[in-house]
Amino acid sequence: MSETSEIAVAAPVSPGRAKFLRFLVRDAGVLLALVLIMLFFSATAPYFATSGNALKIFVQIAINTVLAAGMTFVILTGGIDLSVGSVLALCTVVGATVMINESLSPAAAITLALLACMATGAVCGFLNGWISTRWKIPSFIVTLGMLNMAAGAARVVSDNSTITGLPQSFVDFGNLIIGGFLPSIFLVAVLVIAAGWFVLRFTVFGRMIFAVGTNDEAVRLSGHNPDFYKVAAFTISGLTAGIAAMVYLLRLNIGSPIAGVGYELNAIAAVIIGGTSLSGGKGSIIGTLVGACILQVLSTGLQLLGVGDNFKPIVIGLVIVLAVILDAYRERLLRRIR
Amino acid sequence: MDAILSLEGVGKTFPGAIALSEVSLSIARGETHIILGENGAGKSTLIKLLAGIYQPDSGLIAFNGQPYRPKTPHDAQQSGIRVVHQELNLLPYLSIAENLMLENLPRRAFGIVDRKALNSRALVLLKEVGLDIDPRIRVEALGVAQMQLVEIAKALSYDSKLLVLDEPTATLTPPEIERLFSIIKRLKAKGVTIIYISHRLHEVFEIGDRVTILRNGRLVATRDLHGLTVPDLVRMMIGRDIADEYGFDASIVLGKVALSVANLKRDVSTPDISFAVRHGEILGVAGLVGSGRTEAMRALFGADPKLDGVVEIDGKPVAIAAPKDAVRHGLSLLTEDRKGQGLLLDMAVDKNITITDLSKISRNGLLNRKTEAAAANDLVGQLRVKASSIEQAVRNLSGGNQQKVVLAKWLFRGTSTLILDEPTRGVDIGARREIYQLLWMLAARQKGIIMVSSDLPELMGMCHRIIVFSKNKIVGEVPRSDFDQERILSLAYQEYVRP
Ligand SMILES: Nc1ncnc2c1ncn2[C@@H]1O[C@H](COP(=O)(O)OP(=O)(O)OP(=O)(O)O)[C@@H](O)[C@H]1O
Ligand SMILES: [Mg+2]
Repeated sequence: MSETSEIAVAAPVSPGRAKFLRFLVRDAGVLLALVLIMLFFSATAPYFATSGNALKIFVQIAINTVLAAGMTFVILTGGIDLSVGSVLALCTVVGATVMINESLSPAAAITLALLACMATGAVCGFLNGWISTRWKIPSFIVTLGMLNMAAGAARVVSDNSTITGLPQSFVDFGNLIIGGFLPSIFLVAVLVIAAGWFVLRFTVFGRMIFAVGTNDEAVRLSGHNPDFYKVAAFTISGLTAGIAAMVYLLRLNIGSPIAGVGYELNAIAAVIIGGTSLSGGKGSIIGTLVGACILQVLSTGLQLLGVGDNFKPIVIGLVIVLAVILDAYRERLLRRIR
Repeated sequence: MDAILSLEGVGKTFPGAIALSEVSLSIARGETHIILGENGAGKSTLIKLLAGIYQPDSGLIAFNGQPYRPKTPHDAQQSGIRVVHQELNLLPYLSIAENLMLENLPRRAFGIVDRKALNSRALVLLKEVGLDIDPRIRVEALGVAQMQLVEIAKALSYDSKLLVLDEPTATLTPPEIERLFSIIKRLKAKGVTIIYISHRLHEVFEIGDRVTILRNGRLVATRDLHGLTVPDLVRMMIGRDIADEYGFDASIVLGKVALSVANLKRDVSTPDISFAVRHGEILGVAGLVGSGRTEAMRALFGADPKLDGVVEIDGKPVAIAAPKDAVRHGLSLLTEDRKGQGLLLDMAVDKNITITDLSKISRNGLLNRKTEAAAANDLVGQLRVKASSIEQAVRNLSGGNQQKVVLAKWLFRGTSTLILDEPTRGVDIGARREIYQLLWMLAARQKGIIMVSSDLPELMGMCHRIIVFSKNKIVGEVPRSDFDQERILSLAYQEYVRP
């Protein structure tokens, strides 16, 4: 007995320190990148470091942040949702149609529109998840199909025209800047992120999302139904697309069947830049918020620097690729720390 | 001594653990060198240094008198070192033949793979290790023991100067082990040096010349095996003696039938099987590699589809279509493949343990991390899992400690009947003893236990009864009073020797 104790294992990195290092590598890394990018533009671009510009950025990231929040759930389970852009379009025309119904009071119309948006989005998301798990089809394919179907449905519902004439109180709320610094629609985005953070971190459901993305066979053999959680993740992604549609209506005041083109790629980019791994099981929704900020800050900053619209996508594309490279590198680092 | 390999003060540190420190060792040319040590002692880490997977933080390694610093596994292979790792590393979606010859695919003109040559060469390699199977089958369809044999065959397909085997026999049954040992002896006669790691202490005497013992990353001793006994090895490994290894508890009173399976049929080509286990009973399941033990357990548990069969729990028939039904009815299945089916490798120890029953650590769907940590710490302590903390990712635990986590997760669930497929795979002798005690405690609490194991002495030490599988069929049942290694083995062979 005494022989065993004399060769005690000394810990070169204590668990507490490992935890801190883990935080540094996983979350603080992206945050640091954001701060550096902001410092860079503050120093080089005129008007970048102004409150007016900050407000503009807040307004501009709201939609993408909401979409990316739901996308985080899907990517954590190891899937991908390419349909959110056109689901958003469908939801904007559904929401706008409900809202301009004159027989309803504005309050009732707005409430109903919100519910209709969320329900429409959730149904689309549910179908994505159900079809891909039921017939074991890669979600990439299924959601590509949904992208087209939702886009078509949006045209049918709107009769291929934009819908205007939303209630004035709704439009006013969309323009509201709370306390002079917090745009209402950014608040909505932050609330969605906060809800997602809470669910992923503190609930059984959130734990299962991570577990399913890590090894769904082990989850199944532990007595769970992994498909349930995959379908739920897609439903959440659809739901947030519905909420994002309301944000779209708040910001632009029109329901449009051609809204949201390419939004899915921005949402995926935000999630990946934010450090969520495309192979599932690893990531954080706070990272997603930071990722969305990075994308928008880059875009705004480059514009202020006078980089032409043709070059901007090249830079942003490079950043996305860089983020994925960093992701692989971060995995290696994390493996050493844990 | 003519040393083929020598290590001088080698050290390797991971965050949270010193895996090796100041290890100095020299391996003689042509010897078979055994390395022993408890789970987490640093054996596999040492091997990974030789294989070019990790680089040492300190110290020098010399191979054939030259400084040896492999940066990648490829470097190691170029130098003539071949390693069969403890964790299996085959590509699941490729065929056995492709896996075997991945680095050297036979080609025809224009680089087209010569399938005929590929498969016939693979067949020869497989025959050598005694695996009678179509080389065109995908690796994902194999059991763990078969994968192990494929890994061994793969290593043998290259001429090497130094062959390293990290727990090759953990899932093998006596005939495969015998065959492996005759291969080892043949290689040895050809002058190949072998490093061999195992937790099955009885077997190492048959092939080993010298033994090195590691404890907590340090080298305790290097000795001639000749003249040593198993208790000597145990004492060097863990610093104390271990009394009766199995501790069969004859005082347990067996209750009513806990689980019975009648006419379970997996598919049209397999015979149906029936068996039952009583409350308080440990039922052993023996058979050769590939005899259908694992498959039967998986079908019973709902992990794989089944054609037909009635499962009764406490006398009541239950419908089991998926593992979740089985778990709901109080069954647990510890799978043999811990990496693929048992663990969430990139998640922490505590999260792996509590996944079987999150309702125990939550209220209204909200997790209680304190309760979770307490429960996990409790089991980690009971099973003496060596981890830097319960937040360490399971991937970074040693093989035996990963196995303990798989066991812990089902102990956490605490169901009434446990099916354990190779529960002590890769677990060291001290921890084995603790697992056995735990099983006796569970049996005393009137749980039914089904234990599938390739380690026949273990089954004979632990079980009230043993049923024997041969070619997917249950060919016999042996009560404890009649336990006899020869008899059980001849039953296991029965269906294979018949024309
Ligand atoms: N990548 C890693 N990161 C952190 N710790 C590690 C890593 N690899 C190994 N360790 C730690 O190093 C120690 C030695 O591990 P190793 O795998 O060498 O043990 P082992 O002797 O092979 O045990 P076993 O008999 O269970 O296979 C263990 O404490 C393990 O947790
Ligand atoms: Mg090992």
